[in-house]
Formats: sequence, structure tokens, C-alpha cells
Amino acid sequence: MKMLSDYIKSLAMLELLKGLRVTGGYMFKKKFTVQYPEEKAPISPRFRGLHALRRYENGEERCIACKLCEATCPAAAITIEVSPPLPDGSRRTSRYDIDLFKCIFCGYCQEACPVDAIVETPIYEYHFENRVDAVMTKSKLLEVGDKHEAELAACIHADGKYR
Amino acid sequence: MSEDQTITIEIDGKAIQAAPGQMLIEVTDAAGIDIPRFCYHKKLSVSANCRMCLVEVERAPKPLPACATPVNDGMKVFTRSPIALAAQKGTMEFLLINHPLDCPICDQGGECELQDISMGYGSDISRFVEGKRIVKDKDIGPLITTDLTRCIHCTRCVRFGAEIAGIRELGATGRGEHMTIGTYIEKSVDSELSGNIIDVCPVGSLTSKPSQFKARAWEMLQRDTIAPHDSVGSNIHVHVRRNELIRVHPKDNESINECWISDRDRFSYEGVYSDDRLTTPMIKSNGEWRNASWDEALAMVVTGLKNAGADIGALLSPNATVEELYLAQKLIKSLGSERIDSRLRQGDFRGEAPSYPWLGQSIESLEKVDAALLVGSSIRKEQPMLAHRLRKAALEGAQISFINPLELDLNYAAQQLVTTPAGMITELACVAKAAGANGDLIDQAEVTEVHKLLAEKLKGAANGALLLGNLATAHADYSIIRSLATAIATACDLKLGYLPEASNSIGAHLVGAVASTGNDAQAMLETACKGYLLMGIEPGLDLWNPAKAANAFEQADFVVALTAFRSANLEAAADVLLPMALFVETSGSFVNAEGTLQSFAGVITPSGNTRPAWKILRVLGNLLEVPGFDYVDTTEVLAEITQATSALVPNNAVSNQVASTEVRTAKNGLQRIGDVPIYALDPLVRHARSLQKTHDAIPAGVYLNAEEAGKLGVTEGDNTVVVQDQVRIQLPLFIDPNVPNGCARIPAALAGVEQLGAQFGEVTLEKV
Repeated sequence: MKMLSDYIKSLAMLELLKGLRVTGGYMFKKKFTVQYPEEKAPISPRFRGLHALRRYENGEERCIACKLCEATCPAAAITIEVSPPLPDGSRRTSRYDIDLFKCIFCGYCQEACPVDAIVETPIYEYHFENRVDAVMTKSKLLEVGDKHEAELAACIHADGKYR
Repeated sequence: MSEDQTITIEIDGKAIQAAPGQMLIEVTDAAGIDIPRFCYHKKLSVSANCRMCLVEVERAPKPLPACATPVNDGMKVFTRSPIALAAQKGTMEFLLINHPLDCPICDQGGECELQDISMGYGSDISRFVEGKRIVKDKDIGPLITTDLTRCIHCTRCVRFGAEIAGIRELGATGRGEHMTIGTYIEKSVDSELSGNIIDVCPVGSLTSKPSQFKARAWEMLQRDTIAPHDSVGSNIHVHVRRNELIRVHPKDNESINECWISDRDRFSYEGVYSDDRLTTPMIKSNGEWRNASWDEALAMVVTGLKNAGADIGALLSPNATVEELYLAQKLIKSLGSERIDSRLRQGDFRGEAPSYPWLGQSIESLEKVDAALLVGSSIRKEQPMLAHRLRKAALEGAQISFINPLELDLNYAAQQLVTTPAGMITELACVAKAAGANGDLIDQAEVTEVHKLLAEKLKGAANGALLLGNLATAHADYSIIRSLATAIATACDLKLGYLPEASNSIGAHLVGAVASTGNDAQAMLETACKGYLLMGIEPGLDLWNPAKAANAFEQADFVVALTAFRSANLEAAADVLLPMALFVETSGSFVNAEGTLQSFAGVITPSGNTRPAWKILRVLGNLLEVPGFDYVDTTEVLAEITQATSALVPNNAVSNQVASTEVRTAKNGLQRIGDVPIYALDPLVRHARSLQKTHDAIPAGVYLNAEEAGKLGVTEGDNTVVVQDQVRIQLPLFIDPNVPNGCARIPAALAGVEQLGAQFGEVTLEKV
């Protein structure tokens, strides 16, 4: 009896149709595939991408050259030199380099920063054409910060309530 | 209870032995039990104002401060009980109320006592919501930065000034929250020990100005070395970041510098980075200086030395290391010359000199003297750490007297006999006569009541000292002063001692870098040699008679200078300049005033193309084919020195017969006092930027008292013409009440007096 019913089922291609129903069902469901680079996946405000140095609203650099990021960096990717005291007595960097080949994007620098100066931005699309370009200098870092300040401020604000 | 008894107290359940009268914190410190503290410092008086060291004591109604609670037999103390911890946490919270949260930009960050203790005893959150206090920073000079908002009012700096430096420069004004530390009247802190307040400050209120923002605590490596200026040989920590000197801190050595160092030792490292550093060998060809390679320069030196042969004179800096001096004298002696000297500022080489002069006692025992006579010594400026020991003795009641050609600003009560250079001899002879000594000069002396009292004081001393300082050494009749001093010391049973000028003046005697009479520093300039080797000196500034030296160098065929710095004066004198490494860039040893040999290693690599002087001398030895010049490092040189000099012990003995040598110093006429100011001692300190901005870095000039200036008809700020040995130069005039009548203080070793003659001698002044 069982043999007979199996024979009829296979003759009617029921298993195949069952399988095709799953396949067919997905044909009409919402798609998960992201068509990068036309489309991009959503990212968290905590995303740790390219670094940036931020400024205050009045244009003053935030970084005070405290070197806590340099000290905490597990990959020793950060090099900082402090400039002599400025006329107003303030303390600033004269050099702030991050070697992106060394960097492991752990985000400790951002964690250590007492003034939210060094941040890791949501930017993950960048490339270098020379090895030396992988060293983000202070001017490059500030440039990234200036360009994306609104976005960076929004990220920090969004993450703020969890801290 | 008598002093030698010990009592037993119980701390945290452990029985601990203590001496009666000790404070609790001393006992816990000795036992290794940690009690947090801010205001307590082992070398300062107890003020008990920070309240951080509160501990629970059994049967005491409230927690007691450990720094101000004397121990009692059977006392039970709990340092970590809930009551003690609550008290400490409460104190910490109060201290942090007004302390700014600027640790990231504070130079003390990372090595701050407040930071450390707040980690252990502080709360994680502040309950204080009101505004914080802000205090305006004060400018207290070029050495120390203030950030008084950070101050927690421990008053360690105030107590340091009053108790150790001996000048109450800092004080606290206002009360409670309005209390601020300051100088009251806007002025700088000028003590020669002022830098120590940077170390005693537990927070970042007082930090070093020259190293401000240069490095953070965790970036620096600590290396030990020996300070290269005065003859104390202070032990220092040098803090280095990426091969750059950042700062100098004292290293505790109770028998030498305790836990302090002088400002000269602390800030002179800046000279290493002077713009005047010579970093490549240079050769003078046709009157023009040009850079040369080491090979070329050394070849020229070898030819020059060979040509000069036995007629070569070597003037070696007494700040050079034992090894350098040893190699230099070995090299010169191999050429057949005996003309080697490092007593560059000695004014008189007649008579019998002690074989191996020293302090006459240990540095530590200096604070135990009960009477001391200092002759020709501005000890506070010459040897600040020895002056501190002597001050301690004075505060304990020791009778200190001075016979000087300048009145000193002292920080303790002392008798000062201020007189002309000729008067110094008379005064000494009088004291010697009053003390019962005999001799040519002594017998003629007219003793007064002052001398009798002084002689009595010295005779009555159980542990007296007679010390000869730099102004005595530079005196044109030094040999007479020395023999008179010896006579007094013998008659009064005093320990005769020398206050050597430089870090290795004594080491120079050890290795034979001093010549016998006739070959000495003066004689070799009096009659010019064919060639000269100069090591670590600037001839216009480091020699007793620069005018004569310039003359001798001009006549010489060949002058080679091993130097760390370029200077116009040196370039005029020399034919070849070999760049030499400075103290932190080389290894070596110094012998300090008490005869202790202290070795040190190099800390940073020599700048540019410079080489340690011992290596230069070693290569010269090889090129001149002198046997036994195959040293690989300084320890080998030192081993050879130790072997050769093991029998030598410091010895001040000379025959106490007053030499019947004629007195050179004239009684009449204006006499020059050519003292060496504190920050002009050697090339390194002369190139230290910040020290040269202090008040102690006086300008070159003629310093007269108002009476002498009145006679001449000049006033402060006028230019005067100074004539000494037919040399005429113009110098500004300053009124200085510390200069006696008949004298003109024209400090040596300052830029502007390179052309002048001897440090002591007759000068005439003319109005412009």
C-alpha cells in the first residue's frame, strides 16, 4: 500500500512542487541582498571606521594633547607631539598621526578621549595609493572631522544615553 | 621616658616597635604600612592641615591625623577600619570639591599624589554641584609654572621656603576657600633651591616651566646620573623621552644631597640643546672656519701635537670626568710635557699645595659642626647643597663666620667680616694671632676684640671647621691665605677643608690632572707654549686671567679645543674644534668634595657628530701611537685609575709655616673682586636658557657700593671704562651695597668681560 502511494506521489512530482513552493515563496518575499555600492547596509552609531579629529562649534580644536589615546592604543598606532604653550596658555598638538596600517579599529582612543576629540567615524570607504598615505596626519584628521561634523555629533548624541 | 627606650604599639593588629616621641606616620612608613597623606613630608615640619592621614586610635573619640599624633606605649591604631576609611573618604571628597578636572592637560597627570590617592580613597561621583573656585596664576619666575586653581593648600612649598631654602618667598594669604599661595608682592621666587618646590608639590600647582607640556609621566624613561656642576655630586634622575632630555629630578641620597638638588643641577640640562652646540669638527684655514670630517680634523690635531711635542700645555675643565682627565694627562705626559692643569681659576700657585685637597670631612658631618670659619666663600651660590648643610648646623646653634671680600645674603645668622682682598689676609693674620699661632705675617697683626672673640669661638668648638671657598682660591695671594688658614686650623683644632669649585676638582687631583708649581695653569700661560690642548673650557670665561690666556694662545702655533659649544672667544683662540659630548651623553665618574667617587652611564646618544671626550682622547692616543690606549669603555679606564691610585687618600696637610712669600695684593687702589656668579660656573650652565633668565644670572658690569660710586661721580646705569693691565673695556655700573670700600666687583665668566685680566687684581675706573 505504501509502495503504491509513494509511486503516485513521485509520478505527480509532489516533492518537487513542495520544494518549488519554498523557492517560489521567496521569489515574492522582501529581498535581503544589498546592492553595494548602489545600496548600503545600515550601520550603528557606534561603528568604528576612519578616524577624525573634531572641533568645537567656535572652530577651536578639541584635542588638548593629553596623549591618553596614544597611551591606550594597543597597536601603538598613534604618535603625538605637543606644541609649546600657546600665547593663551593652551595646550595643543603639533603632530597627531595615526598609522592606519597599524590601527586595529578597537575604538579605545575614542573611549579614552576626555574631550571627544578623536572619534571613529562611520566612514568605511577609503583607499590609499601610497603607503605613506596610510598615515592620517593631523590636518587630514581635522579635514575628515570638519566634513562630517554633523554626522559625528549625531552619532555621539545617539550613543550618549547608553553611556 | 628616656630616648633610647623603645615602645610597642599595635597597628592593624600587628605589634610594631617605635621610639617614644615619633609621630605615628613615621612608624607606619618605616613598617611599610601605607597611610595616604598630602601635607606631610619627611624633611618638613608637621602642619597637619590636609587631614588625609586620619586613622582610628583606640579610645580616641575621633580619628586622629597620623602625622601629628605621637606614639604611646600600648597604643592601638587601625588604619583601614571603617571609621578611618570613612574619615579619609570624607577628606578626599572635600579636597576634590575645588580641584579642577584638568588632569589631561596637567603636567603632573600620571604622577600626581592627588590622582593616585583619589583612585584609592576617593568616591566615584561628586556630590558638589556649586561652582568651583578659580585662582589667578602668578608669575614666579622663569623656572616654575604656577596653576594655583589646582592647589590643595598643603603648604609644603611654604614650609620648604621657610625651613629648607631659608627664605620665606611663598606664603598663604586669605583663609578657607579664599586661601591662596603666592609671593604676596608680585615677585619671582629666587632661591637657589627653588626648583625643589616642584617636587614637594603633591599636585600640579607648581610644575617645571622649561619642561612644560614636553612629556607626560608615562612616556619618560628614568636614568640615574650625577650632577655635573658643583662639587657635591648630587645624585639625579634624568627623565628622557625618545632620546630627549625632559627634566631632572633629585635622587634620594641621604649622605650627599638628601632629597633636594640645586636649581643649577635641575635646569642646566637645557644647555645640551643650546643653539651654540658644536656638532661637527671644525678647522680654521686662513682665518676662516669650515666643517671637517673627523679623520681630517684628527689628522690635523696629531700633526699639531707632534709639532708641539714636549712644549704643549693642557688646560682641562675641572668638570670633565675622571676618565677624561686621566686620558688627557696620560696623552700629554706621553708627549713629554708636564704642563697639565685643571685648577683654571686658581690665582696663586706659590707655596706647598696639599696633595689631594678635599672637604676635610664628609658632607653629612658638615651639619654637625658647632663652629665654622669660611674664608672667601659665597657658599650659597657656589655649593648650594653644602650651604644647606651648614645652614642646618647654624640653626642648631653653630657659630658660622665669614671672611669675605663681599657681603653675602645669608639665610641664617652669621658673623661676616667683609673687607678688601688685602684686608682678608690681614684679618686672617689677626685671627691667627688671636688664636695663638706664630709666623711672619701673624706677628705683625694688630688684634682687636672682634678677632679675639672669633678665635675664642673657634677654639671653643668641639667640632669646628675652616673652609676655603672659590673666592679664596681665586685670590692673588691664595698661597698666603691657605697657609694662614692652616695656621688657624692648627691653633684652634679645626678641620681644614676646601670647597672645590667644580664637580671633579678633586678627581683631577686623583688622576694627576694638576701640575706642580712651574707647570701650572698660570705658568703655562705666562710663557706661551708651542701648542695647547683645551678640554671643555671657554678661554675667555673659564680661566683666571683671560687676557693673558688670549695672548698665549695667539703666540702658540697650534691650539686644539675639545668643546661642546662654539663661542667667538674660543674660535679666536683655537685652530681645531673637536665636538665633545656633554655629561648626559657620556659615561664616567666624578669625585665629589668628600672624596666619594660616583660613576654614571650615558643617558642619551650624543647630538650630531659629537663624541664623548674619552673616545676622542683614546683615538688621539692611538693615532699618536701611545701604548696602552686600547680602552673599549670607561670602566676599563676607571679600573686602570683605581689600580694606579688605590693608595691615594684625600689629604689636606701642608706645613703650617706661613710662607714668607710677598703679598701681591696691593693695600691701596681699587681692587677687582672677580667672583663667578652661580649660573656662569661652566659652559653647560652658561647655555641653559631658563637659568639665564633668573635674577641670579646677573649681567656683566661693575658693581660698586654707593660711596665708591659717589667718589667716582657715577650712578647706577652709567657706563664706565674699566682699565685692567692696559686693557680697556666699557661696562655698565650697578650699585651693590654688598661690595666693600676700595673694591669693585666685576664678576668673571660673564659675556662682556672676556678681554679683562685676572679675577683679582688692581683696576681703575674712568667715567665715560
